[in-house]
Amino acid sequence: MLGKTAGGIYWLFRYLERAENIARLVETGHRFTLTRGAGSSGEWQSVVKALGMDAAYLARHGEYESAPVVNFLLRDKNNDASLRGVIDQARRNARLTRTALTREVWEAVNESWINANEILKRPVRESDLPGVLESIKRDSAMVRGTMQNTMLRNDGYNFARIGNFIERADNTARLLDVKYYVLLPSLSFVGSSLDNVQWEAILRSTSAFSVYRWLYPGRTTALGITEFLIFDQRFPRSLAFAYSKLLDNLRYLSNGYGLPSQALEATEALCLRLSRTNASKIFEDGLHEFLLDFLSINRKIGALVEQDYRFTI
Amino acid sequence: MPAKPPCFDEMLDEDGATREAYAAYYEWFCNQDIKSLRGKAREAEEFFRRTGITFAVYGDDNAEERLIPFDIVPRIVSAREWAKVTRGIEQRVRAINAFLQDIYHRQEIVRAGRLPISLLQNNPAFLSQMIGFLPPGGVYTHIVGVDLVRTGPEEFFVLEDNARTPSGVSYMLENRETMMNMFPELFSTIRVRNVSDYPKNLRQSLNRVAPPACKGDPVVAVLTPGIHNSAYYEHAFLADQMGADLVEGHDIRIVDGRVAMRTTRGYTPIDVLYRRIDDDYLDPLIFKPESRLGIPGVFDLYRAGQITIANAPGTGIADDKAIYSYMPDIIEFYTGERPILHNVPTWRCSEPDALSYVLDNLAELVVKEVHGSGGYGMLVGPAANRRELADFAAKLKAKPANYIAQPTLALSTIPIFTNSGLAPRHVDLRPFVLVSPNSIEITPGGLTRVALKQGSLVVNSSQGGGTKDSWVLEDD
Repeated sequence: MLGKTAGGIYWLFRYLERAENIARLVETGHRFTLTRGAGSSGEWQSVVKALGMDAAYLARHGEYESAPVVNFLLRDKNNDASLRGVIDQARRNARLTRTALTREVWEAVNESWINANEILKRPVRESDLPGVLESIKRDSAMVRGTMQNTMLRNDGYNFARIGNFIERADNTARLLDVKYYVLLPSLSFVGSSLDNVQWEAILRSTSAFSVYRWLYPGRTTALGITEFLIFDQRFPRSLAFAYSKLLDNLRYLSNGYGLPSQALEATEALCLRLSRTNASKIFEDGLHEFLLDFLSINRKIGALVEQDYRFTI
Repeated sequence: MPAKPPCFDEMLDEDGATREAYAAYYEWFCNQDIKSLRGKAREAEEFFRRTGITFAVYGDDNAEERLIPFDIVPRIVSAREWAKVTRGIEQRVRAINAFLQDIYHRQEIVRAGRLPISLLQNNPAFLSQMIGFLPPGGVYTHIVGVDLVRTGPEEFFVLEDNARTPSGVSYMLENRETMMNMFPELFSTIRVRNVSDYPKNLRQSLNRVAPPACKGDPVVAVLTPGIHNSAYYEHAFLADQMGADLVEGHDIRIVDGRVAMRTTRGYTPIDVLYRRIDDDYLDPLIFKPESRLGIPGVFDLYRAGQITIANAPGTGIADDKAIYSYMPDIIEFYTGERPILHNVPTWRCSEPDALSYVLDNLAELVVKEVHGSGGYGMLVGPAANRRELADFAAKLKAKPANYIAQPTLALSTIPIFTNSGLAPRHVDLRPFVLVSPNSIEITPGGLTRVALKQGSLVVNSSQGGGTKDSWVLEDD
């Protein structure tokens, strides 16, 4: 497979994951404005920060208010990282790698791009927002479904998965970091329950709201949530889950090609580290520091994948 | 006003009766509800949009990707008509390959006094670098798309030979898919010859011209200028359908004396390069030094038998519009036969007598740039206003050798489906031809382009033309 093509698939699935993440965060933020009117400005700030767009947002707007934030995140032409911009990038990469995608995957990507452009052509009215986000999530599920059902389990598939999980680990870690002050050690030490509002926001942003309640009824402590989002292998947005998949996919490539991989080595090292620690230890050493470190290694692994498999040179 | 020449309609005869080839289709059509057909026409557009079958129009900023309008009424060619067309094309394509081999070797046709040497010497499409080199298998034009027009029951003219990098074959294939999707019942009652083997045949014919350096199964790659090229969709489509990699210049490097592409496991040599970029951009060391689309050094390796380039560099001389007027001679010279398909009478404006005739009759003629394509820079006399005629006359006088002129042919018509029912429009036909050592294959069908505006003769998609599915009927 061409290096460029592998890179295109990798980025296609990174962007798709990112698009879903934006949609989910906007959904959470919006829910906040409906249920906790007064506190919503702080929540919008977290959302924009978790997406890494706070500087760009503040350069154009003063306050974190629902309408401008939603417009900025979903469709602002000046914001390349907006949902529309990201879907555009996903489709561009799909066009570049058309030969490595099945017709079904390509059409699903193309259709989600057509639909997103249509529904985001004009500012989204508040009454339409839930429908718009729903439609974007449905289109995204369509792409994933066609991929699962039609793509060969070859190197291309593995590059798609690698892009997907590197992006996902990045998104979950950023979200946790933006909220780390909510999970400050002092609270967990006394074992007090977190403020309802705060934990709900974190769990909703990772689609974990109801699964967490089922797994740990009544135990909504900072420690429990942190443990869940970082270490629970059953939860598809946890760091541990993302990294166990990443490990599988990188091993597949390295074994299949019979070539060593720096990305694989770095991933193995990080997985080992995760297996030797737990939420309490992380709290002792500092959650923020842990997350910053994780994000930087995750970025580095992304760069190593590009290098190992010659995406650009 | 001269009387409009009566033109030949391929569906209806002079008395308004349906011609044989269309009988079954027309009977079906008459039983359809016009509203549901309108729905089908919209459905077709939706299908093209979803599959991303788009093209880019140069100089059109606000629409980077556009759909080519598709008409739901097929063009239907009988088995007998097709037999004649294919014999004519085969003869022509064989002559073109013999011509190319000759002019890049002994130039017998010049020695015999049948072609002025000046047409080669002063022609940028003639590549001196190809002199004395025979491409693998002796094939110059691996892929040809001959543009035909029809003016009567037996009258087929070749407008252009398109021997460089003809495009449009993806539309031939996707138009058929669309029609089968929308009107499956038509294909179960009318026996239409299949076109879908084209990508497989293309791959096989490229495999057959692998270079001497090829070991084992040939590695084939399609070279595209990139995602912004107007035909990018087609490049990706063909690569996908052939199981070939789609490469750009920056994916390629010369490694150990072979042209190799950067893969996830290192550099892999390419045996056959189906290039969709022009000669000028192919190798910056030989041609345009500023080209970033091509591969520095590819030409030397080509001559050394390390890679096959399809179509061969330098084939453009054969579809050069100045050479075109010599095609009847070229066919007779190499095949010893009379041409089966007509050439359109052509005035070479480089000749003073011809130029003065053309200037006197500009309003009746079609004038084309010798090296132009895609309908850019051409004048359709009968459709031009006085101002446009005067402007063009000035251009002609300034650079006569740059132009040829032809009479306005009364192109045949076929109905298109409009909101008010069927309405005749002018069409052309581009069948696709694959040449490999010892065989010439013509896919039964091709791309029918149709001028959507009433009376218009310009069918180019860049000028607002549309397409139709093209059916060749099975022999009874």
